[in-house]
Amino acid sequence: MLIFVLRRLIQSVFVMLAVSLLAFVLFQFAGDPIEAMVGQDATMADRAALRDRLGLDDPVVFQFARFIGNAVQGEFGLSYRLQQPVLGLIMQRLPATVELAVTSTIIALVLGTALGVLTALKNRSWITGIIMAVSLVGISLPTFLIGIGLIYVFAVELHWLPSFGRGQVVELGGWSTGFLTSSGLRSLILPSFTLALFQTALLMRLIRAEMLEVLRQDYIRFARARGLSERVINFRHALKNTLVPVITVAGLMLGSIIAFSVVTESVFQWPGVGSLFIASVQAVDVPVMSVYLMFIALLFVTINFVVDILYFIVDPRLRADSQKRA
Amino acid sequence: MMALISPPEKTTSSRRFRDSDLWYSFRRSPTALIAAAMIVLIVGAALLAPLIAPHDPFDLATVNLMDAQTPPMSVSLMGNYFALGSDIQGRDVLSTILYGSRTSLFVAVMATGFALIVGLTLGIVAGYFGGAWDSAIMRIVDVQLSFPAILIALLVFGVTRGFLPAATQDAAAVWVLIFSIGLSNWAQFARTVRGATLVERQKDYVSAAHMMGTGRFRILFGHILPNVISPVMVIATLGLAVAVIEEATLSYLGVGVPPTQASLGTLIRIGQQFLFSGEWWILFFPALVLVLLTLSVNLLGDWLRDALNPRLK
Repeated sequence: MLIFVLRRLIQSVFVMLAVSLLAFVLFQFAGDPIEAMVGQDATMADRAALRDRLGLDDPVVFQFARFIGNAVQGEFGLSYRLQQPVLGLIMQRLPATVELAVTSTIIALVLGTALGVLTALKNRSWITGIIMAVSLVGISLPTFLIGIGLIYVFAVELHWLPSFGRGQVVELGGWSTGFLTSSGLRSLILPSFTLALFQTALLMRLIRAEMLEVLRQDYIRFARARGLSERVINFRHALKNTLVPVITVAGLMLGSIIAFSVVTESVFQWPGVGSLFIASVQAVDVPVMSVYLMFIALLFVTINFVVDILYFIVDPRLRADSQKRA
Repeated sequence: MMALISPPEKTTSSRRFRDSDLWYSFRRSPTALIAAAMIVLIVGAALLAPLIAPHDPFDLATVNLMDAQTPPMSVSLMGNYFALGSDIQGRDVLSTILYGSRTSLFVAVMATGFALIVGLTLGIVAGYFGGAWDSAIMRIVDVQLSFPAILIALLVFGVTRGFLPAATQDAAAVWVLIFSIGLSNWAQFARTVRGATLVERQKDYVSAAHMMGTGRFRILFGHILPNVISPVMVIATLGLAVAVIEEATLSYLGVGVPPTQASLGTLIRIGQQFLFSGEWWILFFPALVLVLLTLSVNLLGDWLRDALNPRLK
C-alpha cells in the first residue's frame, strides 16, 4: 500500500514539475516582460536596473529554480494586464468558481445517480425512453448552447431567473459567498444546471448500464430466492456494487466541471477564475496564464491521486494484486 | 455471390466497395443515410458558399445598413428578400452561415487530420518498437487523457499565442486554433493505434516481411498501417464532431477565430447579444446548423463503430 502511494506520489510530482517547466518557459520566452512592465519613456538604464532586479540576466537554471521556489511560496509576479499580484487576482475570484463547481457536482451526483437507478429499475417504461432521449441531447449539445438555451427560456421569456452575474454576495473573512442571499442563490441556478447537465447525463448512463449488469448477476437472483424485499435487493445489494466504478467517474467529473466552468462562466458572465483566464488569453497576459496552467495541473494531479488511492481502498482485488507483487 | 458469377479480373476498387459489407450496412441503416445526407448538405453548401450565397458578407459594397435586422422570410426596407433574416449590419444570415460553416469545417477537418497524423505515427511507433518509446509515449497519452480536451485546447491556444509576436497574432489565429485543437485530440488515436499495432506485429505477414528483408519503415507504414486503419476511421469521425464543437466553443469564448472572420462560434457569440432584444434569428440559425452538424457526425460515427465491429455481426 505504502509503495503504491509513494510511486503514485512521485509520478504526480514529476507531472507537476513538467507543467511548471512549461509555465516557466512560457513566462521566460513569451515576449519581453520588461517591455510589458515599463512605460514607453523608460531609459535604457532603468530597463537594465529592472532587468537586474528581476534577475533576468542569471543563468536559466537558476531562474527556473527561483521560479519553483517562488511558486511554492505563492509568489507568481504581476499580471501584465491589471498590474496586480496574480495570486491575489486568482484568490479573489476563486470563491465564485468553487461555489459554482461544488453546486454543479452535487446536482450531477444526486440527479445522475437517482435517474440512473430509476431508468435501470424501470427499464421498459416510457419514462425511461424520455429520460434517455433527453440525456442524449445533453451529451451531444455543446455546453454553451445549453446555457444560451436556458437563458432564453428562463431569463428572456419567463423572467424567472437572472441571466448573468452572481447577484449579491456576502463577505465572510475574505471568502465572498453567494449562498446566503436570495439573489445569490437565484443567480446560481442557471449556471450550475448548465454545467451539471452534461455530467448528469453521462453519470446517469453509466449507472444505468452498470446497474443493469449487476441486476443480472447470480447473487441478485440468490437474494431474490432468499425472499429479500425488492428494496433491500435493489439498494443494498445492487446499488452498492454499482457504485465502485462511479468513484473514478466522480473524480473525473469534478475535474471536467472545473474545466467546463471556463465556458459556463463566460456564458453567464460569472466572475470566477475561468473568465479571468479567458480574458488573459485574449490579452496574452502571460503571468496569469502560466499560473492558471499550474493551478489546473495541480488540481487534476491531486484529483487523480485521490481517485487512485480511493480505488485501492474500495476494491479488494487491487490490494491483493499489489501484495502478491510485493 | 457476385464474385462467383462474374469474372474475377473485373473487380475494380469501386466494384469491391459496392460489394462490401460496409456499403450494404450503410444502405440498410436509415440513421446513417439521414446523417450522411445532412453532412453532405452542410459540407456541400459550405464548399459552394461563394457560388450559392446571396451575397458576400465580407464585401462591404453588397452590405446595406438599411437592410439591418430584417426578420426571416421577409423583405427589407430596401426591397431585398432575406430567407433567414439579416443581422445588425444588414448582412444576410444565410450567407454568414454559409461562409461561417466553411471556416468551422476547415478548422475541424485540418485539426482532426493533424491529430490523426500525430496520433497514428506515435501510436504505431509505440506499439511496434515497445520498450522506452512505448512507455514514454503512453505516459504522455495517459496524462493527456486525464485532462478534458477543451481545456488542453484552451491552454495550448493561450501558450502558443504567448510565443507569437503581437502583430501576427490575429492573422495566425486560425492556424493556432487548428494546432491547439489537433494537439488536444491526438491521444485517442495514439492509444487505439498502439493497441492494434501490438496485435498486428505478432502476425505472420510481419515476420514474413521481416525475413524478406523489408525495411522497418516500409513494414510500419506499408504493411501494418493498412491493417490498423479501420478503428482509426471511427475515432476520426467522432473526433471530427469533437473538433467542430471545440472550434465553436473557443470561437464563442473569443479565443479562437478572430471576431472579424465568420465561424459558427463567432456567429453565435454575436447572435447572443440580440437574445434580449428579440432578434432571435441571428442566434438561432447558426446554432441550429452547429447542432445538426455535430449530431449527424456523431450518429455517423456511432454507426461506423457498430458496422466495423465484427462482434456485432
